[in-house]
Amino acid sequence: MSGSAIDTKLLLHMYRRMVMIRLFEEQVNDLYTRALMPGLAHLYIGEEAIAVGVCEALRADDYITSTHRGHGHCLAKGAAIDRMFAELLGKEAGYCKGKGGSMHIADPDTGNLGANAIVAGSAGIATGAAFSAKRLGNGRVAVCFFGEGALGQGVVYEVMNMAALWKLPVIYVCENNMYNEYTHFSETAAGDIMARGPAFGVHSETVDGQDVRAVYTVTKRLVERARSGEGPAFLMVPTYRFMGHHVGDISREYYRPKQEEQTWKTERDPIKLFTDVLLTEKLADRASLDQIQSEVKAEIDKAVQFAMAAPYPSPDKVEQDVYA
Amino acid sequence: MPETALSIKEAVRELTLGEAVREALAEEMRRDPRVFILGEDVAEAGTAFKVLGGLVTEFGPDRVLDTPISEAGFTGIGVGAGMTGMRPVVDIMFGDFAGLIMDQMANQAAKIHYMSGWKCKCSMVLRTTLGATRRSAAQHAQSLHAWFCHIPGLKVVMPSTPYDAKGLLKSAIRDDNPVVFYEDKMMYKLKGPVPEEEYTLPLGVADVKRTGDDVTIIATSSMVQVALGAAKLLEEHGVSAEVVDPRTLWPLDEKTLIDSARKTSRVIVVDEGYGRYGVTAELAAMIQENAFFDLEAPVKRMGAMHVPIPFSPPLEDATVPTERSVCEAALVLCGK
Repeated sequence: MSGSAIDTKLLLHMYRRMVMIRLFEEQVNDLYTRALMPGLAHLYIGEEAIAVGVCEALRADDYITSTHRGHGHCLAKGAAIDRMFAELLGKEAGYCKGKGGSMHIADPDTGNLGANAIVAGSAGIATGAAFSAKRLGNGRVAVCFFGEGALGQGVVYEVMNMAALWKLPVIYVCENNMYNEYTHFSETAAGDIMARGPAFGVHSETVDGQDVRAVYTVTKRLVERARSGEGPAFLMVPTYRFMGHHVGDISREYYRPKQEEQTWKTERDPIKLFTDVLLTEKLADRASLDQIQSEVKAEIDKAVQFAMAAPYPSPDKVEQDVYA
Repeated sequence: MPETALSIKEAVRELTLGEAVREALAEEMRRDPRVFILGEDVAEAGTAFKVLGGLVTEFGPDRVLDTPISEAGFTGIGVGAGMTGMRPVVDIMFGDFAGLIMDQMANQAAKIHYMSGWKCKCSMVLRTTLGATRRSAAQHAQSLHAWFCHIPGLKVVMPSTPYDAKGLLKSAIRDDNPVVFYEDKMMYKLKGPVPEEEYTLPLGVADVKRTGDDVTIIATSSMVQVALGAAKLLEEHGVSAEVVDPRTLWPLDEKTLIDSARKTSRVIVVDEGYGRYGVTAELAAMIQENAFFDLEAPVKRMGAMHVPIPFSPPLEDATVPTERSVCEAALVLCGK
């Protein structure tokens, strides 16, 4: 099913975006370990194929809502890396003028209605955005990203029910990285989780989250379906969080074996897998992929320099923007 | 605004508070196609309180939507719709259900404008109810508006008359922020003058409902009517009471409240929420911070007793301020 029909230019663009997310997150980890970044960050490393595959299947004006592990979604939807880094460092030049930080990046210009630090916190927002799209007749679709931990939140099922009743153009993308923070999802989810969507009459599918072409192809179909008025969909995407729950979660053996991490990293890395596809199918050569890597690296370095040099907001801004 | 309020007494038409709310919604829905209503039994039933009767006939089921009993879910949908170009009016039948929707209001709606560095905003109204003495017991009788007042990013509106309800609701719907609009269940049948011609009332402007010299009674929602009744009783004792209605708890027209406190030098704050850590505490503190040296006595607070609202009528009636209890408190404050 991995769409051989996808244009090579688009494939290379997706490769670039995945590399950008990977290098961005590695840089975030580096800033954190060097104590240059305030707070914490939840890294998306290992899950890049999902954000990129899904967002490339969307129109620029389609909506997404994201999660605490949201950098990848924001970047995949078109956020600029310099303003992302600036926000992570709490700088005025950041997407939220330093008021949101890692877990709250919103960029309505790219359809991003915000990352969200409440698990399932954006389920209502995404469904409401789909409601607006339908009422205003602008043809937009909303994608609600959430992790499998959100399957424990009742509000997800409340809004899925209404999305199905009202045939709203919303796609619920469940990134199942298998761990609700530090707890395996088999301890938190009873029964068949793929039966939950159909119970509400929500069209549900599963796709391999490490295969960007497959994610793109399935999403494209679900988006077209939603856009043409056929209603919501639920997309289950098994994946793996290569790093800890957050940057500070470095001793993980108590909740998952090192061998499991190693297996995923060596055998199921979405960027390695995609690289193999591009090379094997002769869609790109090693030199051009290397060049993408170094171009992205240079962009990241420049963006970090920008963010590091950017000024903090003045404390007198603290009371601004509470009300519109 | 007091001038307007006085002039409306000349209006020939009287509406109930419920009719005023309904008329405000109908006018705003005619004016702006983005306005829609979302909630339980809002369409054909016209809400459990029969306030919205007929709106679905005029505007259709796409703009007056009956939802499942999923308060968190449909409030969340309201938040998302309010962020993407619509102007939802979310109906939460009983204010006691605030607990079910608090994440949507406090963590989502209230914060998105600030957290996003003002790039996102949420234009929505949450209409809900407060007030005891309807014999509905502890889960359908609370006045929990202080919960929302506590959250930066939300506005809280507490009309006490049909005139105020209509004008304030129209402004709330046009506001670009999440606004929580409280209607006292016991006031839906309250009648008052409402002009035929269109008007709005700004959020953040208090109204002196009655002028007086000896004591200021700051009251909210249905407690304004209680305060006005108390003021009449006080007249018989030779005490002249001024009744001031903040109308919106946030934004708060501090100046009008402080000016009245300075004028009369004695203040009672009456609000149907719990006194402990509640609206009366906030308003009393604000008065004392700003008018301490003009006061002849400590500010007196009157609110719901700190108990779950009981069912049995004599018990329930004992929990809320009445005309008589407010009058008695005022007499004590005035040394009579």
